[in-house]
Amino acid sequence: MSEEKKPARKKFECQGLYNKVMANHFYELDEASKTGSKKIAWCTSVGPAELLRGMGFLVYFPENHGAMLGATRMATELIPYANAIGYSPDICSYLTSDIGSFMQKKTPLTTAYKIESVPKPDILVFNTNQCRDVQDWFAWYSRELKVPMVGIHTHRDIGEIRNFQVNDIAKQTESLIPALEKAAGQKFDIDRFKEAIELSRQASVLWRACLETASAIPSPWTFFDATIHMGPAVVARGTKEAVDYYEVLLKELNERVAGKVAAIDNERHRIYWDGMPIWGKLSTLSNQFAELNTCIVASTYCNSWIFDQLDPKDPFESMGRAYTELFIVRDEAFKEKYMQNCFEKYKFDGMIFHDAKTCPNNSNNRYGLPERISKGLGVPQLTINGDLNDLRCYSEEQAKTNIEAFIEQLDER
Amino acid sequence: MTDNRVLYAGVDIGASRTKVALLDLKKNLTGFSIKKSGTDFSRTAEECLIEALIMANASRDAVTRTVSTGYGRTNVTFSNDTRTEIGCHAKGAFHYFSRAMTIIDIGGQDNKVIKLDSEGRRINFKMNRKCAAGTGAFLEEMSARLDIPIEEMDGLAKQSTEMVELGSFCTVFSATEVLEKIRQGKKVPDIVKGLFFSVIKRVLEMDLITPPIVMTGGVVEHNSYLVEMIRSKTGVEALLPEHPQLTGAVGAALFAMEL
Ligand code: SF4
Repeated sequence: MSEEKKPARKKFECQGLYNKVMANHFYELDEASKTGSKKIAWCTSVGPAELLRGMGFLVYFPENHGAMLGATRMATELIPYANAIGYSPDICSYLTSDIGSFMQKKTPLTTAYKIESVPKPDILVFNTNQCRDVQDWFAWYSRELKVPMVGIHTHRDIGEIRNFQVNDIAKQTESLIPALEKAAGQKFDIDRFKEAIELSRQASVLWRACLETASAIPSPWTFFDATIHMGPAVVARGTKEAVDYYEVLLKELNERVAGKVAAIDNERHRIYWDGMPIWGKLSTLSNQFAELNTCIVASTYCNSWIFDQLDPKDPFESMGRAYTELFIVRDEAFKEKYMQNCFEKYKFDGMIFHDAKTCPNNSNNRYGLPERISKGLGVPQLTINGDLNDLRCYSEEQAKTNIEAFIEQLDER
Repeated sequence: MTDNRVLYAGVDIGASRTKVALLDLKKNLTGFSIKKSGTDFSRTAEECLIEALIMANASRDAVTRTVSTGYGRTNVTFSNDTRTEIGCHAKGAFHYFSRAMTIIDIGGQDNKVIKLDSEGRRINFKMNRKCAAGTGAFLEEMSARLDIPIEEMDGLAKQSTEMVELGSFCTVFSATEVLEKIRQGKKVPDIVKGLFFSVIKRVLEMDLITPPIVMTGGVVEHNSYLVEMIRSKTGVEALLPEHPQLTGAVGAALFAMEL
């Protein structure tokens, strides 16, 4: 055998700052949870975090905890506990692993930050723009912890956006205020809310700019880097910390582009990734792609996490718009067009669709889209079967061979 | 004594069988060997190579380069490079039939549908999902359940007069269905034909077929009735390479030649 090629994933200088932002987020929550110094709201990933910040809540995101359970590979052990109380192995494995984790009193926060448990909520706030699972997930905690739950019900499968949809979401968001005021023990402060909206917008603009540096050839970073560095955009949405972090990250990425520093040595292929990350296999997959001199330059998961429609001049309406324009709630025609635009920007030569067993909402391969888009763009596509968190649904050898064969196929072109 | 001949070796370590093919400079198959992969892949590969060399009446020095493929491709100590089994089946099938085609490979643990253009380049490929449906493993499991030696299944299927249809995706559910059919007094050849048909259905529903079909893998080599079934179900010409089971190994040897 020829000598194994060593993959080289380049470290980011801002990794230290990243670790600090994430650690502070959890320490602040832990302290508030223990002392009651501040109220805590749990929020779904694209829930109304800005409104919650405007109310003075610290915001905790169970989906982020779900991703940590996946990345630390604790999930597969914990999911069965939720299955045993009636939560099917076929539903969201963030949900099942998170509930399993709560039942077993085990959290990755302990190893990472010496934090014993997730913070206690004062209120649970969902937005079904991700899926219905988030509502059922929070409902379990609401019953278990006897904590109020409120939420927004998003329109789905939307083509062209109409005013009634935006207005409806804006109204639903606004109507949460009395329940939030009650849980917060304080009055709604519109200026604080507007400030959070503005910070969220700024972070989004910067995050978009960071992602777009991957249009450079060679790309300065990969999907695997972005899934990690997306952390502050998720957990610190609406804070100054997130804005500061993305300023630093963008500077570093721009320097890489200027210096032609490639994330993947000898970048031969550029890939679009659709679907959720396979959290427990991020580093294995990252190494495999690096060995194949292939860079995943764009992804639905990271690239659709942009809310630059937010506008402090019109906070509720712009929130309604941002949540309604979101990729995940759009129809197939929009999704197809979105990927075509990505193709023009990122110039990828292959597309990989991850069909996540437990997340149909983020698996865009199920209605013929890969075939249509591949034909339209003349770009080959591959679907791999797996899951975000439940590694029982993933055959590593099959995925590995499929990916390798796909790159061979691209080489033949 | 040194051997002045030039041979290229392809080693295909599948989940079930290991295959070695030796090609000379004119791409003739001069030696081959097939063995159960077992648990020590490197050793099985080594043993297969020795057998193939004996068949080719050649010494080890004659092997100029080796490419390995299949599930255990990285375990071959004497290999110069690796390729995926998808690439090797494509290469091997195109070697025998140089035209655009759909390759259907039914292996021990997985199956593949690979489409090639007229230059032999892959247009796309699909492997089965995680389960055993449509693979050799399904037939093996069923032969054990029915207590029929696997090598007798082909002959039995050919005797069938009225096929029993099985509906399930899942191997375990299929086994239950089979038990149900036995209880109903269905004839064994008809059940076996139903099992074969279930393999065919699972494979054909993976992708659209562009004719002709080239069938590869050990399962069709030993069960020619499957090929007949594919022909009659699709109405499309179904071709078989010289040794369907060796297609991947031959493809690997061809890659070795190009290194
Ligand atoms: S979108 Fe998918 S991963 Fe996210 S919460 Fe819903 S089911 Fe889970």
